[in-house]
Amino acid sequence: MATSEENMTGGPAIPRAAAASAKKSGSSLGTIVLAVLVIGAVILPFASKNFFIFQMTQVMVYAIAILGLNLLTGINGQFSLGHGAFYAVGAYTAAILMEMQGVPYGWTIPIAGVLCFVAGFLFGLPALRLEGVYLALATFALAVATPQLLKLSPFEHWTGGVQGIVIIKPDAPFGLDAVLNPDQWLYFFTLVIGLFLYWLARNIVGSRTGRALMAIRDNPIAARSMGVNTAVYKATAFGISAMFTGVAGCLGAIVIQFVAPDSFTFALSVALLVGLVIGGVGWLPGALLGALFIVFIPNVAEDISKGLAGAFYGFFLIAVIYLAPQGAGGLIRSGLARVKRML
Amino acid sequence: MDLFIQQVVSGFATGGIYACMALSVVMIYQAIHHLNFAQGEMAMFSTYIAWQLLAWGLPYWAVFPLVIAISFVGGFAVERIVFKPIENAPVLSHIVIFIALFAIFNSFAGFIWDFTIKAVPSPFGDGPLYPGAPIGTHQAGMIGVTMVVLVMLWAFFRFTRMGLAMRAAAANPDSARLVGVKVSMMTALGWGMASAIGAVAGVLIAPVVFLEPNMMLSILLYGFAGAVLGGLTSPAGAVLGGFLVGIIENLAGTYIPVIGGELKLPIALFLIVAVLLIKPAGLLGRRTVQRV
Repeated sequence: MATSEENMTGGPAIPRAAAASAKKSGSSLGTIVLAVLVIGAVILPFASKNFFIFQMTQVMVYAIAILGLNLLTGINGQFSLGHGAFYAVGAYTAAILMEMQGVPYGWTIPIAGVLCFVAGFLFGLPALRLEGVYLALATFALAVATPQLLKLSPFEHWTGGVQGIVIIKPDAPFGLDAVLNPDQWLYFFTLVIGLFLYWLARNIVGSRTGRALMAIRDNPIAARSMGVNTAVYKATAFGISAMFTGVAGCLGAIVIQFVAPDSFTFALSVALLVGLVIGGVGWLPGALLGALFIVFIPNVAEDISKGLAGAFYGFFLIAVIYLAPQGAGGLIRSGLARVKRML
Repeated sequence: MDLFIQQVVSGFATGGIYACMALSVVMIYQAIHHLNFAQGEMAMFSTYIAWQLLAWGLPYWAVFPLVIAISFVGGFAVERIVFKPIENAPVLSHIVIFIALFAIFNSFAGFIWDFTIKAVPSPFGDGPLYPGAPIGTHQAGMIGVTMVVLVMLWAFFRFTRMGLAMRAAAANPDSARLVGVKVSMMTALGWGMASAIGAVAGVLIAPVVFLEPNMMLSILLYGFAGAVLGGLTSPAGAVLGGFLVGIIENLAGTYIPVIGGELKLPIALFLIVAVLLIKPAGLLGRRTVQRV
């Protein structure tokens, strides 16, 4: 957790509050970083090209999805190789509601969230009996089967089958379209939802529920004997996690303006897992770093050598597991601790 | 009824593919109590090596053992180089490494041999087994080879010292180490054997599905389904499960109109989840009891 480490900003000026300030000033550093990031994020779309804005919107979308996965894996200790499936559910919810039912895009987001919560909760119920590698297997199967599930003929009327659905890009509302082009508007739209979800995730982790989830991760038997209802909490964790990822899928569909079964292959689930590991399992802000990685690094790798992007992913992952198993989060934390010792 | 029997027989034929794959899944599970998500890609890579050797003009029956040997060494090396250093890392790290290997093999295969579909010849010919038979000579040969591999594995685990040592290393590493079993070497051998069996599976499957870098993903899923259905602790169960998955898949494709001929992967998903929920040990597997 970001709150537990450093109190550099507190300084020696207020010694009597030292005990209390350890936690407080740690989070105040976090707040400063967050404020700088938000200011940077607000300025960015006015200082860059549309394509870059589009890419950064995608980064935020993936960050939300990874945040969801992090709540499941990092906080609750359950694996999922199949979060691409929930992303797909969110994306299709947006596409079907917008293009076939004429629902305004803003409303598709809470609907996708609720739907994915239910889907995740239901998938989480049987997953309760599966631990470690079995859960990985079940979710792996889910991820591999997702494109074909989407192509099944009874749903074809809704999903458009192999063809998929094209979405029309929404304009900025409230007369803002004079100031913002659609790319910029979607960027801010995603930013606001992303910040809200980050706030939500932080609060979930800090709450009684969050402590129960972490207790289950650390020692399920002890958690149970303390009176934590592991079944309900684990299924709920799956639901919440799927909700985050589903909202990300919904935003992703609106941003990319297209959904088709083959956008939601196993590769998507792998990318989310990669992002999670790179950012740092259990460290929520890591989601953003992970998302930056999965959006930009494949392009860089393609530039270096065509077709080897996958291998690059692979080698990078192995390196991270060997050298920094805590991901970027772990590196930042140990770096800060070192700076603190030097001061 | 004719249709039913024909579908069962042709399901049996496809089942041979899955049985072979399931066998290599079980092999690695025996060695490390993990499912190797890169198993399919490793088998695919072995198959490409076989294709390359054939393209260089080597005779089929020289290529076959050569590829098995190369794959054995390859699997052994992967364990020594990649997995040995993180033996004691948490499960998530292992799964991440499997995914990393998956990406590396897939990407290198596409890079070296490009993404065009390649044909691999069958050593058994491609005609029907007898005139009007629902099953081809290749399928029959494939089933035969799977059975031979199964018997060899069974004999290895049952009658050889090394087989016993491997079982001991997997069942209880600490005690095995105390009685002088080189546990980590056994793990590496298990990897090598799983990789070799995967190579057999890949080379036999390739004439049926054609060779391309993504050919193994769905087959691996069926292999997992077969292994889970038959029981992850039992090689015979894996083969049985593989055949059953083939038959179930074919029947479902014929009689459930929603699924049709093309979209059968959801069946594997359904089977895996159902078996894990109802009978996690599988048909022939032992119940695993956990010490707390």
